[in-house]
Amino acid sequence: MKAMNIVNAINDALDIKLKEDKNIVVYGEDAGFEGGVFRVTEGLQKKYGAERVFDSPLAESGIAGTAVGMAVAGLRPVIEMQFCGFIYPAFNQIISHITRYHNRSRGRYRMPIVIRLPYGGGINALEHHSESMEAIFAHIPGLKVVVPSTPHDAKGLLISAIESDDPVLFLEPKRIYRAIKQEVSEEKFSVPIGKAKVLSQGTDVTVVAYGAMIREVQKAMVMAKEAGYSVELIDLRTIYPLDKETITASVKKTGRIIFVGEEPRSFGVGSEIMALANEEAFLHLEAPPKRVAAFDVIVPYPRGEHHYMITPEKIFYEIERTVKF
Amino acid sequence: MFDQFDPADDKMLQVIDNNGKVIDKERMPQLSDDELLKLYRDMLFVRTLDFMIVSYQRQGRVYTYPPNYGQEAIGVAAGAVMRHDDWLVPAFRELGAYLAKGVTMKEIFMFNMGFEDGMRFTEANHVLPFSVPIASQLLHAAGIGYAVKYQKKDEVTIAFVGDGGTSEGDFHEALNFAGVWKVPVIFVVQNNQYAISVPVKMQTASLNMAIKSKAYGIQGLKVDGNDIFAMVAAFRYAHEYARREQQAVLIEAVTYRKGAHTTSDDPTKYRTTEEEKEWDRKDPLRRMKLFLEKKKLWSDAEEERITEEYKKEIDRQFMETEQSVKYPLEDAFRYMYAEMPQDLRDQQIEHEKFLQWKNGRK
Repeated sequence: MKAMNIVNAINDALDIKLKEDKNIVVYGEDAGFEGGVFRVTEGLQKKYGAERVFDSPLAESGIAGTAVGMAVAGLRPVIEMQFCGFIYPAFNQIISHITRYHNRSRGRYRMPIVIRLPYGGGINALEHHSESMEAIFAHIPGLKVVVPSTPHDAKGLLISAIESDDPVLFLEPKRIYRAIKQEVSEEKFSVPIGKAKVLSQGTDVTVVAYGAMIREVQKAMVMAKEAGYSVELIDLRTIYPLDKETITASVKKTGRIIFVGEEPRSFGVGSEIMALANEEAFLHLEAPPKRVAAFDVIVPYPRGEHHYMITPEKIFYEIERTVKF
Repeated sequence: MFDQFDPADDKMLQVIDNNGKVIDKERMPQLSDDELLKLYRDMLFVRTLDFMIVSYQRQGRVYTYPPNYGQEAIGVAAGAVMRHDDWLVPAFRELGAYLAKGVTMKEIFMFNMGFEDGMRFTEANHVLPFSVPIASQLLHAAGIGYAVKYQKKDEVTIAFVGDGGTSEGDFHEALNFAGVWKVPVIFVVQNNQYAISVPVKMQTASLNMAIKSKAYGIQGLKVDGNDIFAMVAAFRYAHEYARREQQAVLIEAVTYRKGAHTTSDDPTKYRTTEEEKEWDRKDPLRRMKLFLEKKKLWSDAEEERITEEYKKEIDRQFMETEQSVKYPLEDAFRYMYAEMPQDLRDQQIEHEKFLQWKNGRK
């Protein structure tokens, strides 16, 4: 075991897989020599050579499009998009090819591509550096979308993502990149894609969250506990395919469900969770399912971002309203 | 060759003239009589197949189809040069190259009848599916180039795009990546003068398409795409160069789309008959036929006989395909993922329950 933050854990997963499988290549803008702007790939080029871990030209469509060709020819590329706001030039390659190649070729060409994407707000960044647009990607048939909230899960999920023969969008909650340290095994292990985790058992209300929001919910739970509310917290870990079973079982037990996310509220991951609760647990509901998500606005610049970010107080406020409904 | 045909001088590689006379003996590729006849027959086959598919479309038996009419020499020449392990990255107007790589007629039919199964390419090696989003496929070629180089394999990639595609960002990104990575990829621009209705002069202010290579530090070559010998010579040279030097090449094949963009398009709306007549003189089959006739290797009678033979075989296979194809519900689901999520399976099962109910009502 070793104390790791999320950055260390992702680096460790890449290290283990690069060592194990010669078909893995890692590239992106600044991802090689410098180790990425967040230093996630630091040291890997030195260890595995510039043929396997390298800086690409500054072109996101190019990064994603060349990964398609590499995958067709037998490699397993792990590509980095520097920030969530910069992935859009690659969107065409993702929605038109990466997620379609397996189907289009009737299974002949698999797309074992991992797209690493630092996302989310709360870091006082420039415009385009704080969005949580995971719903756009979860909506694309053919893609898997995962998001860890702890160093342990970051390592285990990334290993699963790299070993997946399907393309995986790997969201990295950059706000907590270095905020949490945890004892993580240095051995190889994996966390399965498609499995949520019940972090705390509770009886009054189910809260579903992921990524950086888990920590905020946990802060709200301290207040909830003081107020006498028993909260069951589910860390989604995978957005698609959604672990419907875990969520449904929980909401059937508690009768109440709240989604917490930093995404724009409408048509989002939260909307899907609300639909699930209604479709699968309608007669068990004792309060309307509730979304605690961001406004449908552009993430404000740093001086206004506090208006936008989901706080523990806001989460507690909605927990109380839902339990007392 | 790159020095003598510098795109900056707007020189074009041409081996025979419009009357089938060899005007560049030095660059005339070495070809036996059998090889010559095969090139011509391949072009004739592509033209016949192409006409037949258009007529099937008119009869409502296939959906939208992009004809190859007038551009046959480019795909056939690429097919003649490519080896078994070389990679073909198509756009969608390179019929001769697909067939040469082992794509079957039935697959072509199935694709145009509306079945993804037509892109299985079961008997072909290293052929990517057709790419509809213009120029996006060129990046795949650059990626294959990287993988091949990394794996130390001796495989060249040939990727196609049209003149309109050179305006897309992915065209430039692909050439740039291939240039930086130094990978054996031949990018081919089929400059057929039109992107649907938009003439090439509205696409670019460049002197020609080949000159764009210079911006990316790779070699470029402008070739008469209606001259089969020039195309074979260009591909042979570029192929050898890409392998030896581990470098990318941009070939501009100057041609003319004699047919419509697709069967949904009407070119009489945007071009003149004078222009079409002028390009008739440059037709790739006409030029090679005149060459062969001078060598007494070909005749009208032979052409008529063999065309009939082709038509019969094409029609036989088309009818066989029509009778054998089916699209079960599960085919819409089963290839979405290598490992299918349970939820997707459930969606299929749910729909099957509905179908059972529906069938029970009858």
